[in-house]
Amino acid sequence: MSSFVQSAVTALDLVITPDPGLWTIVARSLAVSGAACLLACGFGLVAGAWLAVARFPGRGALLTLLNTLLAVPSVVVGLVVYLLLSRSGPLGGLGWLFSFQAMVLAQCILVLPVVTALTRQVVEDAERAHGEQLQSLGAGTLLRSLLLAWDERYALLTVLIAAFGRAVSEVGAVMVVGGNIDGFTRVMTTAIALETSKGDLPLALALGIVLLAVVLVLNALIALVRRWRERVEGGSGAILAGVGA
Amino acid sequence: MTPVLEVRGASVVFRQVAALTGVDLQVAAGERVALVGSNGSGKSTLLRVLHGLQRLSSGSVVVAPQVRQAMLFQRPFMLRTSVRNNVALGLWMGGLRWREAQAQAVAGLGQVGLADLASRNASTLSGGQQQRVALARAWVRRPDVLLLDEPTASLDPHAKREVEALMDRFASGTGERPMTMVFASHNLGQVKRLASRVVYLEQGRVAADLPVQDFFNTQRLQEASAAAHLFVKGELV
Repeated sequence: MSSFVQSAVTALDLVITPDPGLWTIVARSLAVSGAACLLACGFGLVAGAWLAVARFPGRGALLTLLNTLLAVPSVVVGLVVYLLLSRSGPLGGLGWLFSFQAMVLAQCILVLPVVTALTRQVVEDAERAHGEQLQSLGAGTLLRSLLLAWDERYALLTVLIAAFGRAVSEVGAVMVVGGNIDGFTRVMTTAIALETSKGDLPLALALGIVLLAVVLVLNALIALVRRWRERVEGGSGAILAGVGA
Repeated sequence: MTPVLEVRGASVVFRQVAALTGVDLQVAAGERVALVGSNGSGKSTLLRVLHGLQRLSSGSVVVAPQVRQAMLFQRPFMLRTSVRNNVALGLWMGGLRWREAQAQAVAGLGQVGLADLASRNASTLSGGQQQRVALARAWVRRPDVLLLDEPTASLDPHAKREVEALMDRFASGTGERPMTMVFASHNLGQVKRLASRVVYLEQGRVAADLPVQDFFNTQRLQEASAAAHLFVKGELV
């Protein structure tokens, strides 16, 4: 117990006195996950909104596939991206394996189904309630999906926050495609895994504290957005319950 | 005279439930037709069929060429943006430039007495104000036919009167050609004040179709439809 307490004290010390090694890892984690989420949202928000409104043969099967992809293990995503980026893979020429770009790609693929599926749910609820009236005004499928997504922008903001939480917390994909290279591709989750296996608990604990703090801030942001919406508009929309590490 | 709207043998079936069965209806230009009947009689379904929001299981809908329609719903949908933008949206979707649409939207809001609320977030307005915004949104598109699905059902008496007055003014045309109006209502007083003709629906069928003065004449209504007579008697008690 006393070694745990010692480690915890040392960890807090690393966090409070800004240890450059620690904060470089934190900054890299936030950059990778931030870039991945922006890319995923750029496509996922539009695709999810369109799927919510459009009706076409095979839509049910596509939604089933999308929901299945929500549960794909991150290490499997890492494996697929690894195969794509390896020297003999179709994207081997990019030279991205074990790089920042590879980690961004893997996390983007990981959170894309999350963004798309959650967006679809939010916009489909709105379409059910209000789609006919927009149709009556002359809005076709794509315009309706974009208008409803824009109208539900605060709920979709929480989708973005949740996707970021999913990305920053995962370890499998970035471990496989990033290689956890010190000073280059090491992020919070891979560093925690490595330092724990080495027995260097203070650094692992310090990173864990920071990661928990990030998740806490994300959940607080979701709650703040919900309360702000309720105060401004007197209603609660489809807000997610929260994110977890 | 060629009707502006015509429904022939219209039937709509939802999961083996017949919402409309063999409905024939012709609406001439300038008419104010009230659709009345109990809940589930098919009023809303018929309005949605007329507006093209509901596909028919059988039968046909014919809309006269170049007739513009607009529809108001019981609870109008307002985007989370300004009142002005909500009104401008329909014009913009019709092909007008956004700035021009906004300018016409402000003029439209003036017609319903809400020009001073143009910059307010529409979702913060009262139900009555939102319905007036919806009327402005419909009016600025200069429709030839205005369809309304129980537009005052969820409003307090004061708001009801305001919206009714606007319906009456817009349908009268205010100097331009009168608008054709088809509206569903549970409020027989409203029907008496606004309609020129009443169509009574029961279980998805037209049970009576009479000029308004005949509909509210006990003897004539009883001769036309016993069910309609009972309905009116029940509502007026």
